[in-house]
Amino acid sequence: MSVEEGNAALIRLFHVHRHFHATRALTDVTLDIYRNEFLFVTGASGAGKTTLLKLLYRGEVASQGQILVDGMNLARIPRRQIHLLRRKFGIIFQDYKLIPTRTVYDNVALVLEAAGRKPSYIRKKVNSVLRTVGMENRHNALPPSLSGGEQQRVAVARAVVGDPTIVLADEPTGSLDTESAGLIMNFLKTFHTRGATVVVATHDRELIRSIPGRIIYLQEGRLTGAPTV
Amino acid sequence: MPILKLHLRRALQDIRSNRTLSLVTTSTFALSILIVSAALLFFVNMGDLIDGWRQGIRIMTYLQDGLTATDRSHLRARMENLYGVQRAAFIPKDQALSRLENQMGRQASILENLDRNPLPDAFEIQMIAAHQSWEKVEELAGTLEKLEGVSEVEYGQRWIKRIINVFNLFQLTGTIMGALFFMAAIFIVGNTVRLVLYSRREEVEIMRLVGATERFILAPFYFQSLIQAALGGVAGLVILYVMYRLIQSRIATDMAASVLQLRFLSPATMLGIVVCGMLVGWLGCHLSVKQYVRI
Repeated sequence: MSVEEGNAALIRLFHVHRHFHATRALTDVTLDIYRNEFLFVTGASGAGKTTLLKLLYRGEVASQGQILVDGMNLARIPRRQIHLLRRKFGIIFQDYKLIPTRTVYDNVALVLEAAGRKPSYIRKKVNSVLRTVGMENRHNALPPSLSGGEQQRVAVARAVVGDPTIVLADEPTGSLDTESAGLIMNFLKTFHTRGATVVVATHDRELIRSIPGRIIYLQEGRLTGAPTV
Repeated sequence: MPILKLHLRRALQDIRSNRTLSLVTTSTFALSILIVSAALLFFVNMGDLIDGWRQGIRIMTYLQDGLTATDRSHLRARMENLYGVQRAAFIPKDQALSRLENQMGRQASILENLDRNPLPDAFEIQMIAAHQSWEKVEELAGTLEKLEGVSEVEYGQRWIKRIINVFNLFQLTGTIMGALFFMAAIFIVGNTVRLVLYSRREEVEIMRLVGATERFILAPFYFQSLIQAALGGVAGLVILYVMYRLIQSRIATDMAASVLQLRFLSPATMLGIVVCGMLVGWLGCHLSVKQYVRI
């Protein structure tokens, strides 16, 4: 039985458009993403992969169409409640987006502090996640002193520390060597096995081949059939 | 409580990582508090001095010539019955002349050539403490002037009224200047917070992306402003105290010491100043943050 057959959709997009003035980033995208699915969003640079991901966590707002995430209609969600939506996600960016003036530990702990977790829980959980990604010995380091691979491992730790329902990864291995890229993908596989829904935007065919998952293809902002990988 | 501790820790971290901006804000606070407190200190001491003068206010009621002892006794009774009069002391013209001679010192020799005493008998009216406002002094003087047997009423320290008027003008100017300084402080703090917010907009954006509420993101900025305002306030008062001690030691060796008894601001006033400063810090921060959140 496939994921789709056994599950209701966790994320639903209905005829979603995203325009930037005259530029059409996404056109008429209708898509269901299922609970505990591993989904690859692929396509050439500028195809709209990042825009699609941003729309899911309301980093951007759809120009037209409806998006539902775990029952929340993103068009109707008040600004004050966006944090509740974002707490459903763990997001990994290609440029890591770590706070350079905060230590590795503080960067990861931030998610739980923001969620109002108790200090004792935060300590335990952050140390455990840092151990999982192999960064427990660098917990006091500042991000600029880390290599790209290490920074991305911290970003992965931050993305999963809050036990999110959905992990979004935007070109997570884009600037990494093969070994580091393999490590990151293994982490994503682990979190998927533990029950998270994982959406990875990438144009790297090797990466897509490395993990079994559904693949959708974006071309000039439109969803087309699956590519040959 | 853990959340307050967390915000405080983050605020202190932010102050450490933005030392220059924090120093500018704290110095601005210190300077504003110093100026406002210096003005306040001046007014407090000037007020004391004027109060001292006020307490010495006496109304001299000069009598017409030829009043008998019985007339004077009746007049005294009528004066002492007037509302606000504590005591009416009779000063015979001879006593008045000898007082004058004493006051003139070496120049009293001019008085020796007088063939008769030109001074009239008088009553020196002492007022009860609650009636030493200028309006009441004037009112009482008017009533005394109308009494039978009184030729003239004089309250020799009329010049104090002029000084009080000037003082009141100073007080008004000081209040306006104080208000302007506080507004400037709000503006400067607001701008500093805005600068910090803009310099850290990426960090703020990251926090938003990981699900932090606006309150969680911005609370450290409020704490930061409160800490800076408190530090600036204390620093301003310390500087003022040092300046005060310097001035006081100068005055102590001077003649002015007998006239001028200086005192520093009371602990309650100092606390009030620091709290007001913190309020300004909070307000400045709030205005910037509100504007930033709207963007």
